[in-house]
Amino acid sequence: MKTRSLLAAAAALLITTACTPGGSTDTAVAPAGQDVSGTVEFWHFFTGREAKSIEDAVAAFKATHPKIDVKITSGQDDTKMLQAISAGNGPDVGLSYSTDIVGKFCSSAAWRDLKPYIERDKVDLGQFPDTVRSYTEYRGKRCAMPFLADVYGLYFNKKLLADAGYTAPPKSMAELSDMAKKLTKRAPDGTIEVAGFVPLLNFYENVPSHMAPVWNAQWLTGEEKSAIGADAQWQEMLRWHKDLVDWFGHDNLVKFTSGLGDEWSADNAFHQSKVAIAVDGEYRVAFLREQAPTIDFGTAPLPVPDGQQDRYGAGYVTGNIAGISANAKNPEAAWELVRYLTTNTDSIVTLSNAIKNVPSTRDALKSDKLETDPHFKTFLDIFAHPKTATTPPNAAGPKYVELTQEFVDAYLGGKHPDLKKGLTDLDTRIDQALELGR
Amino acid sequence: MAATIAGVTRPAVPSRGVPHRRRADRRRWRHRLTVLSFLAPALIGISVFLIYPLLSAIYFSFTRFDLLTAPVWVGLRNYEHLFGSDQTAWKAAANTLWLVAFLVPARMLAALATAMLLTTVKRGGSVFRIIFYLPALAPPVAATIAFVFLFNPATGPVNELLAVFGVDGPLWFDSPEWAKPSLVLLGTWAVGDLMVIFLAGLLDVPKPLYEAASIDGASSWQKFRFITLPSISPVLMFAGITGVIQTLQFFTQAAVAASVASGKATTGGGISSTFGYPDQALLTYPMHLYVSGFRFYDMGYANALAVMLFLVAFAVTLVLLRRFRVFVTGGERG
Repeated sequence: MKTRSLLAAAAALLITTACTPGGSTDTAVAPAGQDVSGTVEFWHFFTGREAKSIEDAVAAFKATHPKIDVKITSGQDDTKMLQAISAGNGPDVGLSYSTDIVGKFCSSAAWRDLKPYIERDKVDLGQFPDTVRSYTEYRGKRCAMPFLADVYGLYFNKKLLADAGYTAPPKSMAELSDMAKKLTKRAPDGTIEVAGFVPLLNFYENVPSHMAPVWNAQWLTGEEKSAIGADAQWQEMLRWHKDLVDWFGHDNLVKFTSGLGDEWSADNAFHQSKVAIAVDGEYRVAFLREQAPTIDFGTAPLPVPDGQQDRYGAGYVTGNIAGISANAKNPEAAWELVRYLTTNTDSIVTLSNAIKNVPSTRDALKSDKLETDPHFKTFLDIFAHPKTATTPPNAAGPKYVELTQEFVDAYLGGKHPDLKKGLTDLDTRIDQALELGR
Repeated sequence: MAATIAGVTRPAVPSRGVPHRRRADRRRWRHRLTVLSFLAPALIGISVFLIYPLLSAIYFSFTRFDLLTAPVWVGLRNYEHLFGSDQTAWKAAANTLWLVAFLVPARMLAALATAMLLTTVKRGGSVFRIIFYLPALAPPVAATIAFVFLFNPATGPVNELLAVFGVDGPLWFDSPEWAKPSLVLLGTWAVGDLMVIFLAGLLDVPKPLYEAASIDGASSWQKFRFITLPSISPVLMFAGITGVIQTLQFFTQAAVAASVASGKATTGGGISSTFGYPDQALLTYPMHLYVSGFRFYDMGYANALAVMLFLVAFAVTLVLLRRFRVFVTGGERG
């Protein structure tokens, strides 16, 4: 009996201590001017052509920091990084594609607070635009540094537009709606052969998070509660999409999009001239050059709703972010790498030119070495627009965005006929879900 | 001390109680240790990989835990969220139960029909067995991707074939109504594993029973109902119970089908558009559990979902065992 009690007690002890975050979290910062050396383990998510560019950037870092060796692991996503940090084996430096994790990683200290390093080395945060600074910190705690940015705008096929009598891209949602209809080609049986614009909000990069800033639709209140139900702009935005979806016929659109190629392959519908106008990031310029060099295309800011013409030129921005794991084995060398990759103008410009992402510092944006053809310049201008916005960081990560996505898909598919009530219910769901993580 | 029996006096026997008991105790312990040492590998495995994670999951289900910070005890809050406000969990549970209700019987029927067909083949039976078993060897991910392409509403050969007959094919994996039935089709295609078990059961049914039934004028249906089914009922019970448990944990095929059909089989863009596409029709309970834990970092809540899944699977198994026992023993209880 005694043995059983002991075993039970041991089991209880194990349960309460196991599976909790492991590894040391020594946050001491060395005095300024100290020699830094050792190995840095660096995980990033890039693959293929883009991963090669990252390797080149790291090689340039190693050339200027010969005492620091960098071990690169490509193709790592946030989930793997989270699990590794939790198990005490996180990389020294992690590079994420998603600003969604900033709130969680900052509030939970999975990534170190970089303030002591920034203050010690007198890094000027003013070199980052305000929106970029906002998505790399959470409630005043900076645990991430911006590593290039992604900006979203409009791509249009000049030939298809010219065939339909257009010489310029749409500047308002009303224009986009008209052009989408006129540019659409159907087979005799009604099947869509070419879509002027695909209004489904789960098609490629045409998603609620990228479109909400265009409509000035707000996600969260200052108290981190859902603002969607009370914001009339959400209804405006969703009704515009629904009207256009209904014009195409929801099932017709689904059938059409199901036959289109993968977004990241040469079969992308815009590459194949199956879609005349598309929402996409600045990186599509590089993809088009490589995979569809014969397509004559143009880029423009996303159109704005009637009555909001002063917002034309703004868009959605997000970016890649770099941070140092709580249990980094060599945090000083890790900081050297993070600082270099995120603030060294030459490194940022070289990477930006290679993978056609938007540079995230003002100096890099002004650099003579930055290759700015007219296509890419559109995105630099959107990035610099004062009303360009992002999704607000939140300690629960992307939960509110994904619950909204779920609702929007259902609404465009014909559910939730009472949109206002549906959005109010969505508020409740989001608030309950956010509360769960608090 | 001496004892007298029938006038015969027996010499007093020295007390053997204590040393004898010690020897017996030692033997007993040695026996227990021997048994324990043989059981040790299994016991260690069960303790480390079953009991410990199970107890941990129960503990974490009462906490707020994000993998990154220490768990905080929150009492029943996770369960209140599950039963009170998480509509997605109920949708996912409904999808999973739908699959249990349709996928498991469909797979069993398809496997039984194929196995019975194979028992009638006179020549080349082994070749047909291999052919019908082959789909079970296809990796689930590859098979699912292939199925989604075959059933692509715009470019897939299935709809093209239907069009030849003037039928406007459905949207299959892209339709909330057709997505789950499409998964059932995929499931019934790869029934080789079940088919082999059923075939073994069918071949074990004594032939004289069929001969006797034929002499008595029994029809084919009567032979199947009164000879075949009772004879293979233990095999059916096994297939039913394991099928239900596996389907309650259904994940891979639904996740891959949803991702491929949504056209966003990639990382980076969030997963709500892919997991569950279209319109949450393919979101199963284990997928919701995964998203809660590894996408939303609500590991405590994910554990609450896991505990509920365990309890439901346990209860369903008990009920099925009871039901099948009645079936196997022909309605006799006891």
